[in-house]
Amino acid sequence: MDQLSFPKRPYPTRGGVHAPHNKNTAHKESLEMPVPKMVALPMSQHIGAPCVPLVKVGDNVDVGQCIARSEAFVSAPIHASVSGKVKKIDKITMPDGNRLDAIFIESDGEQRISPEVKPPEVNSISDLLTAVRESGLVGLGGAGFPTAVKLNIPADKHVDTMIVNVAECEPYITSDHREALENGWDIISGIITVKEFLDIHRVIVGIENNKPDAIKALREIVDNSLDPEDEIRVLPLKATYPQGAEKILIKACTGREVPMGGLPSDAGCLVMNVGSIAFIARYLKTGMPLVSRRLTVDGSAIKNPSNVIVPIGTPIKDVIEFVGGYKEEPKKILMGGPMMGISLPNDELYILKQNNAILAFGEKEARLAEPSACIRCGKCVSACPMRLLPLELCNAAERKDDEALGRLNAMNCMECGCCSFTCPAKRHLVQSIRMGKAYLNQKKREQIAQSKGGKN
Amino acid sequence: MDNKLYVSSSPHIRSGNTTRRIMLDVIIALLPTSVAACVIFGFRSAVLIAVCVATCVLLEFISRKIMKRESTIGDLSAVVTGLLLALNLPVDVNPLIAMFGCLIAIVVVKQMFGGIGMNFVNPALAARIVLLVSFPSAMMHWVTAWGAPEAAKIDATTSATPLAAEAGTYSYIDLLIGRCGGSIGEVCAAALILGGIYLVIRRVISPIIPCVYLATAALMSFAFGLDPLYQLLSGGLLLGAIFMATDYTTSPVTNWGKVIYAVGCGLFTMLLRTYSNMPEGVSFSILLMNILVPLIERMTVPRTLGYVKKAKGEKK
Repeated sequence: MDQLSFPKRPYPTRGGVHAPHNKNTAHKESLEMPVPKMVALPMSQHIGAPCVPLVKVGDNVDVGQCIARSEAFVSAPIHASVSGKVKKIDKITMPDGNRLDAIFIESDGEQRISPEVKPPEVNSISDLLTAVRESGLVGLGGAGFPTAVKLNIPADKHVDTMIVNVAECEPYITSDHREALENGWDIISGIITVKEFLDIHRVIVGIENNKPDAIKALREIVDNSLDPEDEIRVLPLKATYPQGAEKILIKACTGREVPMGGLPSDAGCLVMNVGSIAFIARYLKTGMPLVSRRLTVDGSAIKNPSNVIVPIGTPIKDVIEFVGGYKEEPKKILMGGPMMGISLPNDELYILKQNNAILAFGEKEARLAEPSACIRCGKCVSACPMRLLPLELCNAAERKDDEALGRLNAMNCMECGCCSFTCPAKRHLVQSIRMGKAYLNQKKREQIAQSKGGKN
Repeated sequence: MDNKLYVSSSPHIRSGNTTRRIMLDVIIALLPTSVAACVIFGFRSAVLIAVCVATCVLLEFISRKIMKRESTIGDLSAVVTGLLLALNLPVDVNPLIAMFGCLIAIVVVKQMFGGIGMNFVNPALAARIVLLVSFPSAMMHWVTAWGAPEAAKIDATTSATPLAAEAGTYSYIDLLIGRCGGSIGEVCAAALILGGIYLVIRRVISPIIPCVYLATAALMSFAFGLDPLYQLLSGGLLLGAIFMATDYTTSPVTNWGKVIYAVGCGLFTMLLRTYSNMPEGVSFSILLMNILVPLIERMTVPRTLGYVKKAKGEKK
């Protein structure tokens, strides 16, 4: 096999936008939040099958105790993030509008550690996969894909490169940046563990060049003889949104393209969020499952923007109060970044595993843009990192033209938001394309149902 | 929490760019040309520009009112159309003819097809061509420019355009600073180039269309044994290549589409200049390519990231 080389500079990527960085919290030490009075843990904090509660109302639980799981392959168990009593199990409305069960735990403030928590013994790849699954880890960058499933690379795929995602291209968010500065050693030891077990000999740490301190910190650790074979390198990337999107990151780091509809493993790559990889190292050392995480609290309505380490399930309201509350009346609250985050109906929801930021904005930033007619300026076309034609897709979606949507590869849109961001007519391009994708999926389901019906 | 939150689809931030800002940039880019027109042809140029701009804005306002649609005069696109039309007219054209041109541009070509972004050809160009065909003598009456060479004079008040004049009448300098006959906006090449550079720097237009258009025209002139530089600097070529062919609505959005479109414009311009009875071919060639834009775009859909060509025989 050819010796894999490391790129000296990133491979060119197309499109993208220069969104204002607003990384106000990059130089602030993360704060540890005290135990909240009550946490709520929804049964689905990952992509895949929802979990089923293992505890009943009135049960006492300890920190790290597994309280819900599912036997489905694509799923991740959920652990108690505080010690205390199960108060109720009740339906809540998730940010995407789905209603599902959540376990409410009233904290007793003692933070007793569960006897279940002990470092796992890992001697083989299957041990590692079991351990990662038991840890409840999901992609901490925002998507929430169960990490154990991601690491379980099918036998027919050859993965030769691991990319650690520290790009953090979303404005405001600095939780990965702080992770790199505060937990550099965990990151590197996590990388080494995963690369040894998965037999990967090229690890590229992709990081946007607007974080010189993090690049320096990670390089120092890598150079400090932890990596004698020189199989790990830090690659500074250009700071344009969306460098951290999986497919774009793979292109920038390796020059390879993930085939349409395919997975990173089809391009021989494994992409891990930096927080996830550091968590693996900590979990193997301590056995403490995913019960807390770092997230950025920022936005024009937040008095004192900070990174906070919070127990999973903490009410968003409590987190905001912890950083000093609102400085003006919030008009929009986001879970995630301003480019791809979900806007919440109120602040009564709870921190989820994959939740990397809570942003709150005042009236000025929150006001919705009023769309006007498309002038065909083509700025969306130059901004699209997937090289699609957003204006045509938007038109096709609005007239429900599934032939055109298919021909223009609507399903390859990753909804990064560059087209809407750059549009001078303020058209809601992503929103329309999203509808178009949903329409295509619906058509596909109908076709499948029809062909099945025909056979019977 | 009692106050209501905005809930919307991502992205939640937008760039500061607006349609109005883009149109304003085009107006700024046309300022040197407009000023040059007033210097070269006198005060009447200013009157002509004012009449066209005012008529276009008024007609846009009235047609939106009649159609019971939201007014769009705030986006300044009607100002741009009026300004471009005025710059495409001879200075002593009857203002009523100019106003008729505005009617064609705004009402017929733009609003009847759905307003901004919907017109299938460039409104100002279409209007110019309608006027050219309807009022040929008024539209080709070239008042002598300030400082134009004596040799170019046809009679006491008019002189030949660079394309109609005998070789050697006009020097390159005459063409650059506009000491020649022609439409008020096409004569001063230097002002047009300045405006073009501004538009490229402001990223309002991509340099692909003007550069490829001009390069094609230069190559064709060379092939026909004409002086390429003289051809580029004369007639409406620069005005067309920089301001008319780059009109967003009527040019392709894909990069390769822009190349094909601009090559087409260049070819037709030089073919018309060489073989047709008309001395000028820029308007017609851009109009023709405008109509082909949907086809060109369909041919040049970019390869999306990760697109794998289906092997022969493989089912879609």
